[in-house]
Amino acid sequence: MRKIFYKGLWAENPILMQLLGFCPALAVTTSALNGLSMGLATSFVVVTSGVVVSLVRKLIPDQVRIPVFTIIIATFVTVVDIILKAYFPAISTELGPYVPLIVVNCIILGRQEVFTSKNPVHLSILDTLGMGLGFTWVLVLLGSIRELLGLGSVFGFQVMPSSFETWIVMLLPGGAFITLGLIAALYNYLNQSDRRKA
Amino acid sequence: MSSLLTIFISAVLVNNFLLYYFLGICSFIGVSSKMESSFGMGMATTFVMTMTAMITWPLYHYLISPETGLNLPFLEYVIFILVIAALVQFVEMFLKKFFHSLYKALGIYLPLITTNCAILGMALFIVIRDYNYLESIVFGFGAGLGFTMVIVIMAGIREEYAYSPVPAVFRGAPLALLTAGMLALSFMGFSGMIAP
Repeated sequence: MRKIFYKGLWAENPILMQLLGFCPALAVTTSALNGLSMGLATSFVVVTSGVVVSLVRKLIPDQVRIPVFTIIIATFVTVVDIILKAYFPAISTELGPYVPLIVVNCIILGRQEVFTSKNPVHLSILDTLGMGLGFTWVLVLLGSIRELLGLGSVFGFQVMPSSFETWIVMLLPGGAFITLGLIAALYNYLNQSDRRKA
Repeated sequence: MSSLLTIFISAVLVNNFLLYYFLGICSFIGVSSKMESSFGMGMATTFVMTMTAMITWPLYHYLISPETGLNLPFLEYVIFILVIAALVQFVEMFLKKFFHSLYKALGIYLPLITTNCAILGMALFIVIRDYNYLESIVFGFGAGLGFTMVIVIMAGIREEYAYSPVPAVFRGAPLALLTAGMLALSFMGFSGMIAP
């Protein structure tokens, strides 16, 4: 049971291990807060759609399962979009079209296909929650690094001394690709040294 | 006319879907290791993108839009994703029946396109930027061409370093991401072409 939850955080991390969901990870992480909001919005969608898919899994004919999953996911993304627009208009503007694009985040469809359509509800919640949080922490880390070097702050708090020369490149697309590439290499390095010890 | 040209160049080079909006990265990292298959993927994507622009524009303006349609904005995402999935399915059947050689050339890449976020992203951008019908089609076509160009360049670079002695931890995705980063930096050179 515990393993089902924890595997999403590290061993089968959706971004670093499964290499899914790069688009939102790169696009919105110009600040730590944006990364956190995108991570939580995606987690909400993956958990709620996972619960629904798991509940109706025996009613869906195999041939039409992908369209059915997609409609369920699109419904919950619409819910998130409306909630964000109503209660957090600033975040909604900041994330822009990347909120509706959660629909085509492969992590979410992937979990339905691999796990929730074959497992009972309580296990599905653990699995999707682990994947959602595994996605979220990578986004927060990526957002923090880019915000720290690009603006000198983290979550809007000034960290660097005012003499710090900000790296504009970190806020541009190039900086996003390179930072995530280095994080992925570090992840491989840590896994490799783990294996050597074992 | 000049606005159409601006939209086209902007979609292909300046605000490239892959390197500027990060749309379609999954297929970019996953597929772009061989030039031939990258080109097939790019062509199939361009085709579906142009068709999607043609179909979602009237759907949005006569069905979803609060001003000119039936005011169903909460159905926007569901309708768009269904249109794209159905379209890919249709295109596949149509090509299989009438253009069998092209169908064979595209092969597995056709069904994969449904989950390419660049397509849905393009449909959403058309709505956000309020393009007219012709502009939407030009935008969809340009975005597809831009996607094809970058995915083929990327495949060329990856073919070059496929057998290089790269440190083990960088092999695969990390190196692909770093390469994409360099490409994105060099594509920034185009940003002066169009006044913001």
